Amino acid sequence: MPGWMSATLAIQASYFVTAVLFILGLKRMSSPVTARSGILWAGAGMAVATLVTFLYPGMSNYGLILPAMLVGAALAWWSGKRVAMTDMPQMIALYNGMGGGAAAAIAAVELYRGAGTGYVTVALAVLGGIIGAVSFSGSAIAFGKLQGLITRSIRFSGQQIVNLGLLAAALALGALVASHANATPAVVTGFFVLALVLGITMTLPIGGADMPVVISLYNALTGLAVGLEGFVLDNAAMIIAGTVVGSAGTLLTQLMAKAMNRSLGNVLFSGFGDTGGEATGTVSGSMKPIEAADVGVMMAFASKVIVVPGYGMAVAQAQHKIWELCQLLIDRGVNVRFAIHPVAGRMPGHMNVLLAEAGVPYDLIADLDEINGEFDTADVALIIGANDVVNPVARTDKSSPIYGMPILNADKAKNVIVIKRGKGAGFSGIENALFYLDNTRMLYGDAQKAAAELIAAVKAV
Amino acid sequence: MTGMVALYIFMLAAFTGYEVIARVPVILHTPLMSGSNFVHGIVLVGAMVALGNAHTPLEKTIGCLGVLLAAGNAVGGYVVTERMLEMFRSSGSRGPRAKETH
Repeated sequence: MPGWMSATLAIQASYFVTAVLFILGLKRMSSPVTARSGILWAGAGMAVATLVTFLYPGMSNYGLILPAMLVGAALAWWSGKRVAMTDMPQMIALYNGMGGGAAAAIAAVELYRGAGTGYVTVALAVLGGIIGAVSFSGSAIAFGKLQGLITRSIRFSGQQIVNLGLLAAALALGALVASHANATPAVVTGFFVLALVLGITMTLPIGGADMPVVISLYNALTGLAVGLEGFVLDNAAMIIAGTVVGSAGTLLTQLMAKAMNRSLGNVLFSGFGDTGGEATGTVSGSMKPIEAADVGVMMAFASKVIVVPGYGMAVAQAQHKIWELCQLLIDRGVNVRFAIHPVAGRMPGHMNVLLAEAGVPYDLIADLDEINGEFDTADVALIIGANDVVNPVARTDKSSPIYGMPILNADKAKNVIVIKRGKGAGFSGIENALFYLDNTRMLYGDAQKAAAELIAAVKAV
Repeated sequence: MTGMVALYIFMLAAFTGYEVIARVPVILHTPLMSGSNFVHGIVLVGAMVALGNAHTPLEKTIGCLGVLLAAGNAVGGYVVTERMLEMFRSSGSRGPRAKETH
C-alpha cells in the first residue's frame, strides 16, 4: 500500500473518531453532572483531527499554516483566559464570528482557485461563503454592541427592504459565480463584500437585550457554513460537526427565544431590544425603606429564603458576598434557594455561570418553573439587582410592554426585600408594582455593600 | 463520497444535533452554546487544507486569514467553555477548593 493511501486511511479513521467524540461531548455537556467531561472529550476530538490533518497528501505551505495557527491560537488563548465571566456572551460571539470568517475564507480560496468540480460543489461553496461571511461581520457587530463599543442601534425606514436588496444582490452574484459563466475574481470579491455588508446591516438595528438570541443564531449559521464547506472539501468531520452544531444551535436559539418570551422573527425584525417601550400605568402606594439590621434578623429566623439575583448583582460583583450571606443562613438551618429567571444575566444560563463562579452549587439554583410554586411558602424573597423579571404588572396590565412575560412570583412571599441603588425605574423604564406592595421593604444601597451589612447583621443575631 | 451519501450524512447529523441537546436545562444554555461554538472550530482542518492547496498570493493571504480565524475559534471556544463548566459543582462536592477567581 503506497504511503499516501495509508495516510488517507489514518485521516479518515481519525475524523471518524473525532465525530464520535464531538457528539458524545455535546451530549455530556447537556447535563450539569457530566458537563465538565464533555468539553474534554470534544477537545480531544479536535486535537486528533488537527494533528492528523498535517498528514493530508499533496499539501504545501506548511510554513504559512503553522505560524497562522499559532498566532490565532495564542490570541484566543490569551483573551479567553482573561475575559471576565460577565463578558462571556460577547466573547462567545467573537470566537463564533471567527469560525464563520474561516468558513467564508475557505469558500473564497476555493472560488478564486476555480477548483469547483461541478455546479453543485460550487453552489455549496457559495452558500457556505455567504452564510459564513454574514455570521462573521454580524458577530463582530454583536460583540461591539455588548462590549459597549457600539452604543447606538441604527435604524431607518425601509431598512428591511435594503437588507432584502443586499441579500438578493449577493445571491445574484453568487449564482453568477456558480454558473461558471462570469466567475471573474471581481465577481467573487463583490459577492463577499456584499455578504459582509449584509451581516452588518442585519445586526445593527437589533437591540442589546435581544443580542444573545442573535449570537445563538449566528452560532447555528456558522455551524451550517462549516458543514457546507465540508461538502466542498469532501471532509466528513466538517460535515458532521458543522451540521450537528447547525441543528443543535437552531434548537438552542429557539429555546432561548422562548425563554425570553420572544419569537425569532420578532427579534430579527422588530428592534424592541433597547427601545424598551413606554413607562405606562401609574402605581399607587409608596416604597417603604428598611434597615439592614432588621433584614438580618428576619432572614436569620426564617425557615425559607429565596434569593432572586439579577444582572445588577453581577455588575456590582456582589455574588461572592451574597453566597457568603447564604452560607451563614444555611449554617443556621435556613432553607436557601436561588431563583433564576431565564433572562437574568445577559443570556439564558449566564446567571448560573456567574453564581457558579462565586461557588454556589447548582442544585441550590432553581429555574422559573421549578421555583414559582415555592414562593407561597417562603418567609423572605431577597431581590438583588432584578427588576422587570419580578414585576407583577406582567401578569395583570395588558398595556404594559412586558405583559405576558413569565415572571418569578416573588410578590407571593411573606416578606419581600429589594436591594436597590436608588428609586429609579428598571431597564425597560417600567415602574415596578412589586416595590409598592404592603409586604415589600426597600433596602437602598450598592448591592455589594448591602450584602456586607446583611452578613454583619446575621452574624450579630 | 457520492452526493446521495453526503445528503444522508447531512440528514442524520442534523437529527443527531437536535436529539443530543433536546432536553438541556436552561442553566446550561450559555455553556452549551459556547461548547457548540467550540465544535464548529473543526473548520480549522478545512482551513488548513485550503491553505495547503493555495497557490497565488491572494489565495495564500485569504488562506492564512482562514487558518488564523479558525484556530481562534477552536482555541477560544475551548478555553471559555472549559472555564465556565469547571465552575459547575453540586453541593455534594463542596470541597476545600480555594476561593480563586480565575
